[in-house]
Amino acid sequence: MTQATTTARGSSSARPSDALPNETLLKWLHDMQLIRDFEARTMQMYQQAKIGGFCHIYSGQEASAVGCTASVNHDDPIVLAYRDHGHALARGMHPAACMAEMFGKLSGCAKGKGGSMHMFDKPNWLFGGHGIVSAQNPLGTGLAFAARYQWEVLGSGPKKVALTFLGDGALDQGALHEAQNLASLFGIPVIYVLENNGYSMGTALHRHTANCENLLDRARAYGMKAIGFDGLDIRNVYDHMKPLVDECRDLQRPAFVDMKTYRYQGHSMSDPQKYRTKEEVESFKERDSIANLAAYLMKPTEEGGRGCLTEDEWKAMQKEIRQTVLDAVEYASNAPDPDPATELATDTYAYPIKNLSPSEHYSHGAKNPLL
Amino acid sequence: MTPKEHTMTTAYTPDLSIITDEIHPAVGPWELPVFLEEHELPSRAGDRVIQFREALREAMSEEMRRDQRVFLLGEEVAQYNGAYKVSQGMLDEFGEKRIIDTPISENGFAGMAIGAAMMGLRPIVEFMSWSFSLVAADPILNNAPKMLYMSGGQWGCPIVFRGNDGAGGQLGSTHSWCVEGLFSNVPGMKMVIPSNPYDAKGLLKTAIRDPDPVFFLESERMLGDRAHVPEEEYYIPFGRARLMREGDACTLVSWGRPVHFCMEAAEALAADGVECDVLDMRTIRPLDIDSIVASIQKTGRVVVVDQSWPFGSVASETVTQICEHAFDWLDAPPMRVNTRDVPTPYAKGLEAVYLPNAGRIVEAVMEIAR
Ligand SMILES: Cc1ncc(C[n+]2csc(CCOP(=O)(O)OP(=O)(O)O)c2C)c(N)n1
Ligand SMILES: [Mg+2]
Repeated sequence: MTQATTTARGSSSARPSDALPNETLLKWLHDMQLIRDFEARTMQMYQQAKIGGFCHIYSGQEASAVGCTASVNHDDPIVLAYRDHGHALARGMHPAACMAEMFGKLSGCAKGKGGSMHMFDKPNWLFGGHGIVSAQNPLGTGLAFAARYQWEVLGSGPKKVALTFLGDGALDQGALHEAQNLASLFGIPVIYVLENNGYSMGTALHRHTANCENLLDRARAYGMKAIGFDGLDIRNVYDHMKPLVDECRDLQRPAFVDMKTYRYQGHSMSDPQKYRTKEEVESFKERDSIANLAAYLMKPTEEGGRGCLTEDEWKAMQKEIRQTVLDAVEYASNAPDPDPATELATDTYAYPIKNLSPSEHYSHGAKNPLL
Repeated sequence: MTPKEHTMTTAYTPDLSIITDEIHPAVGPWELPVFLEEHELPSRAGDRVIQFREALREAMSEEMRRDQRVFLLGEEVAQYNGAYKVSQGMLDEFGEKRIIDTPISENGFAGMAIGAAMMGLRPIVEFMSWSFSLVAADPILNNAPKMLYMSGGQWGCPIVFRGNDGAGGQLGSTHSWCVEGLFSNVPGMKMVIPSNPYDAKGLLKTAIRDPDPVFFLESERMLGDRAHVPEEEYYIPFGRARLMREGDACTLVSWGRPVHFCMEAAEALAADGVECDVLDMRTIRPLDIDSIVASIQKTGRVVVVDQSWPFGSVASETVTQICEHAFDWLDAPPMRVNTRDVPTPYAKGLEAVYLPNAGRIVEAVMEIAR
């Protein structure tokens, strides 16, 4: 791994993010804060037992979801694992749909059939959170395969790039390696975005992945471009992702990204976090992506900032977001439960015919709320 | 297209009215083929005799000509012309973008095909053998059949997985898997197991036109079987058993290759004056329990023949459904003839005894027949 690929780009000349208007960066700030606030509220609701099952909090990693989403087109497909609320919101899912899903409500994004780990949003090209570690990697490869097929064979649709997010735990799964081999072999425009938060549950990276200092070499061995960078600074994320996305789109080639990030909360809601120190967590909080972006936007232009946000405006934004999230919680609390009589045995078959099951008469239920 | 933004003011007011379309909108606009009743289908008699493998190839080729979104991928399907020559010549006609040789990465390429199906393509995945699909269990069982449900009706998964199932002939334990018992357990999938070239073609065409994931199980031992397959296009609907032979002493129920063992057994029994109904189920999910019940109402006896292990098998499911729906009509306990409950042996003599065969079926019938 070369030094150049892992460090932040110099703040000197052509940073792609410098060309973006203030509104875009303000939107990033908004979206990251929305995720942060949403996740805080999610934990609260989990503790109140409004949310069940496994629940994985994204706080700390916001710059990844928002920065990566910003570097692709809206109709570029995205797929990921189970730590998925942040990506759903970054992609544009309504917070009420996301919260209602975790509450198991009919108007949740998956009608209460998916839960925290399975956020799907078709209008926003989000092909799911997936609960099985690394299952999303072959799927994302297929999304990109299809996009290329549509462009090349069917002559319909533009050149696309798919993003497949994975945690460092997925590095050790065969599915990733099979997918990378296929992607490189067939020229599939998919970017495997490793959200490297240093832990797979309670197992630190160096304890679960051999030769973990050289992750980029693994991807390069499959013949694809691989870059590594700090994923806590959203401008840095965009600065690296945007050119890579453009290149993969243009060349219709895969790539691998090792993005260093950090999760503030435990692996899931039931994690005593014995495997790391409070000091470690604090040290990452000092580099907080949201605080940093806010500071940059407030800093005057002559000092290298944007000077487009005042302290009061930032407070107002946070307040508004707080209300949005509270509204989402309230919406979810009051939303209708799925009725077992009409929802349990629906959405099982697209074409339900007779005798598919000894116990069920399948039919179609309510329309999906996002469609 | 611009993203739907979650601005502060957007109200969230979803339309949750009940879907009334026949086909779930998750798979997009969908056109079903025209299904004819059994007696309206083109004749099974004729001299256009082709092999089972050719019938499969015709089905795929016709559907690929009709719809450019359909493509075939799997090991050796293109340049090698198919490990079992099912896809012979298809690379020449459709080119390498649609007939795709894959590396030996069942998990990877099955998962990839599922992603492609979600994006709107219509993949046909060939497993050289269903035995090898076990390393793809996660995508084919955890993703494909559950996608519609887990996404709350946003994405379906129109895909066909096909390949050889069952003992191929002295291949031993790892290569002789019958996955029907194991896989048909999963809701959200359909499973087809044809026994002859005519049905194979009509059912595979239907599988490709079906909006749900279809598991299509062939048999290496039958790929060379020959029969008349008509020139005209036809589609065989799922969930309709075919009555192969009529009798009133006992009902024989089977699917796939063991249907032939049942026919053999029925002939042997007929020589002794015991006439059997033989039902070829053709699809086991859906399972045409109605035809089974109708036959039992006449015979009062039933033997279910299944080439997979007995414990938790399709035979046990079928027998359970028989007990639920035809208990009052039964004059004897329902019987099942499965593969013997041991790993598949290699030695020819052992394998012959391990598999269901006409002799064991005759024995079972004689045990319960008058
Ligand atoms: C195949 C599989 N094995 C085990 C699990 C249980 N599990 C869920 S998340 C997880 C850790 C994965 O960590 P990582 O990929 O680094 O993602 P992160 O949680 O850090 O986002 C494990 C072991 C699973 N979901 N799937
Ligand atoms: Mg991790």
